[in-house]
Amino acid sequence: MPGRSARSYRLIHTIKGTCGFLGLSRLEKVAHAGENVLGRYREGSLSVTSGGVSLILRVVDRVREIMTGLEATGAEPAGDDAALIAELDAVFTGQVAPEDAPAASPERAVPVAVVEVPASAGKRRVAKPATAKPRRAKGAPAVAPAEPLEAPPAVPAPAAVEPTAAPAGEAVAVAQTLRVNVDVLESLMTLVSELVLTRNQLLQLSRARNDGALSGPLQRLSHITSELQEGVMKTRMQPIGNAWKGLPRLVRDLSRELGKKIELEMRGAETELDRQVLELIRDPLTHMVRNSGDHGLESPADRRAADKPEVGTVTLNAYHEGGHIIIEVGDDGRGLAVEKIRAKALSQGLATEQELAGMGERDIQRFIFRAGFSTAAAVTSVSGRGVGMDVVKTNVEKIGGTIDLRSREGKGTTFLIKIPLTLAIVSALIVEAGGERFAVPQIGVVELVRAGDGVAHIKDALVLRLRDRLLPLVSLSRLLRLDERPGEADGGGFVVVTQVGQNLFGIIVDRVFDTEEIVVKPVAPILRHVTMFSGNTILGDGSVIMILDPNGIARATGVGAEGVQEEARRGAAISSASSAERMSLLLFRAGDGAPRAVPLGLVARLEDLPGERIEMSHGRPVVQYRGALMPLVPMSDSWIPPAPGSRQAVLVFNDGDRAMGLAVEEILDVVEEALKIENGQDRAGYLGTAVIAGRATEVIDCAWWLRQAGDDWFGGKRPAARPARVLVVEDSAFFRNMLVPVLGAAGYEVVAVGSGAQALKLREAGETFDAVISDIEMPELDGLGLARAARDGGTWHTTPMIALTSRQEPEAERRGREAGFDEYVPKFDRDALLGALRGRLAASQH
Amino acid sequence: MQTELAPARRATAAVSTEHGVLTLTVAGQLCGVSVLSVRDILGPQTITPIPLAPPEVAGGLNLRGRIVTAVDLRRRLGLSPREAASPPPMSVVVEVGGELYALLADSVGDVLALPDASLAPNPPTLDPLWRDVCAGIHQDVPVHAGDARLLIMLDVERVLDIS
Repeated sequence: MPGRSARSYRLIHTIKGTCGFLGLSRLEKVAHAGENVLGRYREGSLSVTSGGVSLILRVVDRVREIMTGLEATGAEPAGDDAALIAELDAVFTGQVAPEDAPAASPERAVPVAVVEVPASAGKRRVAKPATAKPRRAKGAPAVAPAEPLEAPPAVPAPAAVEPTAAPAGEAVAVAQTLRVNVDVLESLMTLVSELVLTRNQLLQLSRARNDGALSGPLQRLSHITSELQEGVMKTRMQPIGNAWKGLPRLVRDLSRELGKKIELEMRGAETELDRQVLELIRDPLTHMVRNSGDHGLESPADRRAADKPEVGTVTLNAYHEGGHIIIEVGDDGRGLAVEKIRAKALSQGLATEQELAGMGERDIQRFIFRAGFSTAAAVTSVSGRGVGMDVVKTNVEKIGGTIDLRSREGKGTTFLIKIPLTLAIVSALIVEAGGERFAVPQIGVVELVRAGDGVAHIKDALVLRLRDRLLPLVSLSRLLRLDERPGEADGGGFVVVTQVGQNLFGIIVDRVFDTEEIVVKPVAPILRHVTMFSGNTILGDGSVIMILDPNGIARATGVGAEGVQEEARRGAAISSASSAERMSLLLFRAGDGAPRAVPLGLVARLEDLPGERIEMSHGRPVVQYRGALMPLVPMSDSWIPPAPGSRQAVLVFNDGDRAMGLAVEEILDVVEEALKIENGQDRAGYLGTAVIAGRATEVIDCAWWLRQAGDDWFGGKRPAARPARVLVVEDSAFFRNMLVPVLGAAGYEVVAVGSGAQALKLREAGETFDAVISDIEMPELDGLGLARAARDGGTWHTTPMIALTSRQEPEAERRGREAGFDEYVPKFDRDALLGALRGRLAASQH
Repeated sequence: MQTELAPARRATAAVSTEHGVLTLTVAGQLCGVSVLSVRDILGPQTITPIPLAPPEVAGGLNLRGRIVTAVDLRRRLGLSPREAASPPPMSVVVEVGGELYALLADSVGDVLALPDASLAPNPPTLDPLWRDVCAGIHQDVPVHAGDARLLIMLDVERVLDIS
């Protein structure tokens, strides 16, 4: 703090001194009066108050105002600063404590100021600016604060002694940085882009000719070009904090004007982005911060009434994500009132009642991006100047960005701006699909796989068996409605394995060429609605190609659920899979009658094995699979080993190093449906019947079939249904996926989460359950910790809790009961689990 | 543009103004664009199709390192598609809102100085699609010796307003 006030003092002092020298009397007087006050802050003889800072800021504003006039006309603009100077002097002499209300300055201070200032100003004309400062710093404490007239004369004398000190210091600074006109950088950038393209063209030619004499120097040229490009790019990058500089001041002024207490939190200010983008995003950001303070945050009284801290927070956060920069502007204010927006949208004729009825909450909130839409009831002087979020949206979209929002009534609103690193040069993989070439930014590409035999056709859906998982596939030519070439679907092409957030998926392409450095250029505005592309570029051979946006592809095809990711990233995620939610189901045929279904999440792989590979061991079919013998369980009684030359479809289930195969007749389809199992069927191996894709389908009981393979994983019969809400806490996705259908079939409403911490988040969110079933060994918060936390108080302290364990030891059970578990059930014993659950629920009801 | 030009026509007695118009033909129809908006005229180009783009957008082309979006005027005006055997189209490059666009025409003619006085407003019976993109109609345009025809003035901004 002392350092900062000293710095402010020096700056104002320099202005004053220089002005005196140049004969700018008005500027000098204001600066002088400000300097006096700052001088006392620096000495510590006057304590810094909020009002004082406001006063100094007003000095800065006045100086700026005069400078602007100077710049425009070459002379000081006319104006009277007497009032401001009088106020400053009153503070300086200690007559008045600086108040927010400027009216507090007493009249008698005025004459003093008027007399004193010109007097000192005249002397200061001789003074050299910055050099005077050190002497004054020493001399000042000696001056009694009550005698302002004595203070200034202490300055001028020593000033003339070291007139060259300041220029010398500046020279050092100049050597470190250099001011370059932006246009120069721009044209450099264009030239480098062209150079990169030409280099690429040359490389392509040399590759075709295979000329050794050429390739050496070309290699060097290529290398230097890359470095040059990197260097020029660096000159364009600036931390986003540069665009935020004015915001603390803005928020401060805002909080005074509105009578709100606002704190500004800025994170990721060092995140770098292209200068040009920075300039374009500055105004929208300022507007949004102002909006958050004005519309978003409530008054202190309202906040108190809502049980919130009086001080509202406006948060700015910036970070890189997949070649984009995300900027979040959030507040913890009142949130968007969905009902109000709905009413307004209706009254403005933006949507009909029916349309609104069919819209989700978020869609309705998005109306605020429409032109002329403002929810503020009163037009304050701060916002509501007719410039709304629609302008922000237009500006963001102009640079190829997108804007979205997240809001909860009473909790606050966060705007998410996603802007591309336009003009940036990125490395991209060039692929071909349907006879056209496209660029895929390398940043999202995880690996490249030859499609080959791994691609399985499940009706219309394509999946790739990649190691231990089934990867959803997207055919690029089908997605872009290009001519599909025969052979592509049969595995002739390549799969570009792409990651978007947490989701992996594959893009099927016909051919893969090189990787190339490309200059990302934004697409024309008339193409901006085509979300599959993030830009376009010119290749080394001069042709124009489109750059694919993996995010857009994921959104368009649903392979990456955006909402889930977004939540997960914020760490506030509660990933729950309720049995009423939709899940992917694999449909297949085995034996007579209805098709069968199994949750796709349970299936590790789909195999199509040649008949020869199936052997018999102890009268049971087995197959050598990945270096081990895998038991094969036929689904139908009438199964006979396939004749050599024919093939056998197999669903592979595994957990850890155990694997078993279920021999089925035919794999039909993968569908996404809410699994609702009807009861009343008591057949070994089946959970019951569900209507899937419009047909009665038997849902298989994986556990039963797994047991047929010899491993006693799970077992028993289904009990009668009883509606109750059960929370399953289990970190293994395999067992989670297994428990949800089992419990769902038993008539429970099931919510599943992956850790104790997530379970507690549900509790904080106000969710209640009739029972909690929890694994013991889990990362982060384990089952024992969860039980202790639940028993510690809160809404779950009487909820029955059942522990699932793989360790059957009395000691472990004792610790479980001590932690607060009511029951201790072996992990693979379904009967015991359902029995315990029934017993506990019955007990808790009485 | 139509509203802008209409008063000028009435004031023709005072000042006689002329306008540079680049003529082009689209499926036999004579059209014109203000020469002020034209940046370049290119011969046949390699055009990369852009999947999922509006049908009017023919694709992207490379103009000395800048990417130009090509709009097929035949499709934009709802005319019959170009026959496979016909010569490749010419590109008239225009700049709108800082972006470059190429209007694909069958052929490009001369730049004519046409008096504003000869610009008539769109007839009310004009096809709504055309009414949308036409800024008026020039009469008695001398194309070849002695042969005078009607010329449709295209409003470039509205031609590119593809939704």
